[in-house]
Amino acid sequence: MSTVAESIFSPATAERFDKLVTIYPVKRSALVPMLLYAQDDLGYVTDAAVSEIAQRLDLLELDVRNVLSYYSMLRTKPAGKFNVQVCTNISCMIVGGYDVLDHCKKRLGIGHKEVTADGQFSLEEVECIGACCWAPAMQVNYDFHENLTPEKVDAILDDYAAGRGKDVK
Amino acid sequence: MPTLVSHPDEVKILSRRFGQGAAELDRYLELDGYKAAQLAIDNGPEWVINEMKASGLRGRGGAGFPTGMKWSFVPKQSEKPKYVLVNGDESEPGTCKDHVIFLHDPHAIIEGTMIAGLAIGAKMGFIYLRGEYRYLLKIVEKAVADAYAKGILGKNIFGREGIDFDIVTQTGAGAYEVGEESALMESLEGKRGVPRIKPPFPAVVGLYGGPTVINNAETIASAPHILLMGGAEYAKIGSERNGGTRLFGISGMVERPGVYELPMGYNLKKAIYDVAGGVKGGKKLKAVVPGGSSCPVLTADELDVGLDFDQMAKAGTMLGSGGIVVLDETVSMVEFALRTIKFYQHESCGWCIPCREGTDWLKKTLTRFYDGGGNAKDINNIQYLAENMMGRTFCPLGDAAAMPTLGFIKKFRHEFEEYLQGKRTEKHFITTDELVGAAH
Ligand SMILES: Cc1cc2nc3c(=O)[nH]c(=O)nc-3n(C[C@H](O)[C@H](O)[C@H](O)COP(=O)(O)O)c2cc1C
Ligand code: SF4
Ligand code: FES
Repeated sequence: MSTVAESIFSPATAERFDKLVTIYPVKRSALVPMLLYAQDDLGYVTDAAVSEIAQRLDLLELDVRNVLSYYSMLRTKPAGKFNVQVCTNISCMIVGGYDVLDHCKKRLGIGHKEVTADGQFSLEEVECIGACCWAPAMQVNYDFHENLTPEKVDAILDDYAAGRGKDVK
Repeated sequence: MPTLVSHPDEVKILSRRFGQGAAELDRYLELDGYKAAQLAIDNGPEWVINEMKASGLRGRGGAGFPTGMKWSFVPKQSEKPKYVLVNGDESEPGTCKDHVIFLHDPHAIIEGTMIAGLAIGAKMGFIYLRGEYRYLLKIVEKAVADAYAKGILGKNIFGREGIDFDIVTQTGAGAYEVGEESALMESLEGKRGVPRIKPPFPAVVGLYGGPTVINNAETIASAPHILLMGGAEYAKIGSERNGGTRLFGISGMVERPGVYELPMGYNLKKAIYDVAGGVKGGKKLKAVVPGGSSCPVLTADELDVGLDFDQMAKAGTMLGSGGIVVLDETVSMVEFALRTIKFYQHESCGWCIPCREGTDWLKKTLTRFYDGGGNAKDINNIQYLAENMMGRTFCPLGDAAAMPTLGFIKKFRHEFEEYLQGKRTEKHFITTDELVGAAH
């Protein structure tokens, strides 16, 4: 049972939050991880999530929003069920990162930070994801895909569309 | 899953457990795991710090500060608790070596954190990974839980009365600036990742106001190996004043990209041609970014240089994070400069004007230039802007943007001039009209 009487989060997330506030010397340290887990749980950081997290950490909602707006992986609008993040930074760019991005745009019919009509996929052009030696690379949610070609991208997206893709949260 | 590469010239110290299932605690123990931590407990903090000093290990996060010395700066007496903070933020474009350690040898990072803690008198360590590394966090979380279950972490570790050590793991949520050590502490304290003024330095006033040692994940993972083989032995492997080996990520247009462990001082040209198999498809090499995107570019004629902090500085660039990016003749320096600066503009935390405005103007000018609207004055303006950012920003991100820009203009000025005259490379890489972070 969560310490917050009517948590908006799933029982597993609420339980994780109860524990998170106890492991740091100062409660507030749990803020960035909490925002990420909230997003994993709800798809994005909702107003209600901001409010509950503020309550759990004895912070103003303003404090939470201030941090929320800083980090690029946190969002206040829904993404697709599968968020496709293509790296176009230097190592990826020179071996085909933009080709991969263009291919995703065509195949999904959406642009940067857009979501497909059925809500299955969203697309983002992102900065280096730490997979430069296996470039070009992308992440779908938290799972890495490397040494990409447009054909490989098709196979990967087919897998996700068919429910076979890995979802590492 | 990243593939492991290998080459006969490698000296496998840090990477000796890669690919051997060492993420499992039992396997790690079979491979000498946690012996170094026990040695550290047996021999005490002074011994640890002396071994680290003798090893000549310099921080693998970028600046190359001697690790033993950093640890010795932490005051012995402190009213506030002391902490160890492992920087696994790894966000410098071209760099992916910490990724491999977290994946294949997470216990080495845990053991290194304990060793640093024993050396400075801290009872708590934090391992902070970048947000994108959530799947690696799972691996590290499991390793930490296994270590607790075996009595390697927690109270009275290894059954020794009064020796306690706790580790907390977490990720960030996407922000390059959070890799800067003081911004990292802010982030860990639940704030925006904006840097703190220095002094005081973290070794004196760090996390939660307590003395804190902040080290890169590779630096920390090196500590157990150093204690096992002895600092002096470790130092012998590297070059003068640059002890040991380090993980180099070689990426871009090479035949065999990957993360290789080479002795410090190893020749850069050999690293590219022998170790990584040379330029892909037999093309001509044009330039190399030697240590992550913030390091000034080297031309094809400048590659006969040893990969260590001093030799790279002498060559007018930096060893940085060890991320070597190889460019062949098809890359336009104008385009490459634009993509590089685009990154720094996107990642500037916005705190200080020279960086916030400087990176934005650089990006705008380079974008117009790239789109064909440039004029002769732009090249000087770009140089002038970058020169005026140097050393005038609150944290080193401003320099990290200015330094490579100056390198591109200085060494490839002719390309910028030819670009103005309409000369273009065959292939354009930036193919979409929308750049990352464009208005949306
Ligand atoms: C903008 C910026 C980003 C940085 N990013 C990282 C990083 O991702 N990982 C890292 O270890 N060090 C990074 N650093 C360097 C750290 O501030 C710090 O020097 C380092 O973690 C110290 O560890 P070391 O002594 O083991 O190298 C960055 C520095 C700056 C200025
Ligand atoms: S140089 Fe200034 S604006 Fe740029 S990241 Fe550092 S503090 Fe922020
Ligand atoms: S440049 Fe694409 S992962 Fe690093």
